[in-house]
Amino acid sequence: MNKHVIEAYERGWTYFSLLMILVFLVFIGYTLSGYAFYVPDAARRIDPTTVRTGGFPEPGVEEVAPGKYQVYVIGQAFTWLPSEMRFKVGDEVTFFVTSPDVQHGFYIHGTNINVQVIPGEVAKVKTIFKRPGEYLVICNEYCGIGHQNMIGRIVVEE
Amino acid sequence: MATLARKDAYADFPVKKVSLYFITLGFLALSIGTLFGPFQALNYANINLYPWLQKILPFVKSYYQGLTLHGVLNAIVFTQLFAQGALLYLQSKEMKLLPQMGMAWVAWWLAFVGLVLAAIPLLMDDATVLYTFYPPLKGHPLFYIGAALIIVSSLLSVYLSAELWYRWKKQNPGKPTPLVSYMSVVTWMMWGVAAIGLVVEAVVLLIPWSLGLLKGVDPLLARTLFWWTGHPIVYFWLLPAYVVWYGILPKRTGGKLISDPLARLVFLAFLIFSSPVGFHHQFADPGIDPFWKLVHTVLTMMVAVPSLITAFTVAASLELGAREAGGRGVLGWIKKLNWRDPVVLASTLGAISFIVGGAGGIVNASFTLDYVVHNTTWIPGHFHLPVATAVTLTHIGLAAVLIPHLTGKPLVGLKYLRAGIVLWFAGMMIMAVGMHTMGLLGVPRRAWISNLAPNLEGIYASSAIWMVLNGIAGVILFVAAILIFYPLFATLLQGKRLPPEERPEIEFTEAISGPEGRRSVMVMDRLFFWWATALVIVLVVYMPTLIRIWSTFVSAPGFRLW
Repeated sequence: MNKHVIEAYERGWTYFSLLMILVFLVFIGYTLSGYAFYVPDAARRIDPTTVRTGGFPEPGVEEVAPGKYQVYVIGQAFTWLPSEMRFKVGDEVTFFVTSPDVQHGFYIHGTNINVQVIPGEVAKVKTIFKRPGEYLVICNEYCGIGHQNMIGRIVVEE
Repeated sequence: MATLARKDAYADFPVKKVSLYFITLGFLALSIGTLFGPFQALNYANINLYPWLQKILPFVKSYYQGLTLHGVLNAIVFTQLFAQGALLYLQSKEMKLLPQMGMAWVAWWLAFVGLVLAAIPLLMDDATVLYTFYPPLKGHPLFYIGAALIIVSSLLSVYLSAELWYRWKKQNPGKPTPLVSYMSVVTWMMWGVAAIGLVVEAVVLLIPWSLGLLKGVDPLLARTLFWWTGHPIVYFWLLPAYVVWYGILPKRTGGKLISDPLARLVFLAFLIFSSPVGFHHQFADPGIDPFWKLVHTVLTMMVAVPSLITAFTVAASLELGAREAGGRGVLGWIKKLNWRDPVVLASTLGAISFIVGGAGGIVNASFTLDYVVHNTTWIPGHFHLPVATAVTLTHIGLAAVLIPHLTGKPLVGLKYLRAGIVLWFAGMMIMAVGMHTMGLLGVPRRAWISNLAPNLEGIYASSAIWMVLNGIAGVILFVAAILIFYPLFATLLQGKRLPPEERPEIEFTEAISGPEGRRSVMVMDRLFFWWATALVIVLVVYMPTLIRIWSTFVSAPGFRLW
């Protein structure tokens, strides 16, 4: 094959690669602008040694308006507090999550709620439960010898 | 007399000896780290062999300890030591100059002492913090000190490579840097910028904290510094394999590189875009502004471009060689590749795995998609393709030629090695299918799921079929590891040496379009300028976030929870 032909192919592929990356970036921008309320936000910084002594609200579900909930979650070795939550389909739920000890991962199984729980940060993330059923809350960041057993539950009813 | 004979073997070019020491120490680490791999694969097949393993190796206390050893020895120690040995030798050979030999040995000893120091708490279950060692999980100080010494050793390699290059440029004014040396020095310069995050994390935060001099560390600050280094470290693993794919592989199949300047541009792009991308590991982190996450996303996507170019260029070079050798047809030429050569076999299979791995990497880098896969088994499923397959196989293939070349000892058991390479590739691909799919089904990574509490049994039942693939892959990879490590170590340990004229030579690829007379090549050769540019870009994309976190420093005390 002629040298100039190969070099032309190589140039063409380079431009195609750039174009492909550009298209991906457009998709990312589009999803970010419209759908990505599941991107975790930082509510505030917190001294992790105060999480269990009044620096953070009592873990639990709080109804702030009809169908709107705020949930305060503590991830600690090796449980979630509260360990079980109940919602109805269509409820809009805002989670505030923090840790008093080491890092954990707040992952609601089968959804894109996937938040790094970092001591020192209160993570804020919002979702609307659309499908009824039982969801596991899986710790997906290594937190010690019992990490695999750090599983909570969310029940979503019709 | 034996000592005298050994001296003679390296007298012609003493850098051979220090490179061999780096490579051998690297493979020792890899062989120990790899031992734990099948146990992890079986864990994800819901088979818990750790109680049994503990009977043979009483110091192994948990899956998490095995996983820490596996990650640290394979991903951090082996990759770095191999790069230190192989790149130093290839650059010295191409430039026909010796590096500063005293400094090279200091680098080796630092890495060796660091490895021993870190290994003690790792083996004693006192640093079961995984290879990301996120605080506030707190390991034994020796672990952090040992790891820091290993990094310092790598920084000496940055100096050795840059100094060698600078000396060559002084002796050859106006000439473009030879290609393999260019790639080597750019790789080290990239690492010089990338390593800053980890150095600061270890020296300013982790070591004083583990020694009790600092009450607490800021976990988000430590994470952010970790990922400053943690993503480009992947390119630090990968680029030495690219050096082989560009600089050695085409030559061994009778092919040529299409364009030398484009190969340089690829490496230069890595120098600039490798480091300012770490936030794509922190999409799930609160406390980092989404604006900066988006900036890192764009830069991460840019760093995919040089890899895409590499996929084309390396494949085209192989095709050129195979067609020269009489290959015909759209894909028929593939049969004409010199598959019997371990370099060709291992590098090509590695590169194929990298195509899949690269595609998965683009998913991970996509801001809004990442939440589906973050910290699921998708992630280790992904990085076992570029790192454990592409890089590791390429290094194994090169070692099969490099060890005989450096020592003069003939390769033992080539057919075992070839079988091992093929099985390694097959095992990794099977495991990747299993782990990627399980990740999409929501199975968390780094979890001892074969040891769940009784009330949780069956929570991952929807992944049962894919778990079987992990089990099969674990067994295949165990066999592959034996077939690979036996020939490499048997070659090293034998007493026999070939006469100089029979030793395998390592030759570098030529290009159809060379670097001579190109202005672009001379611009790309101004490496100190590009190095400074890379540093400035990293500072720009990191400083606003780091300063903000640092100014509200949260002091988190440490925990030992394993």
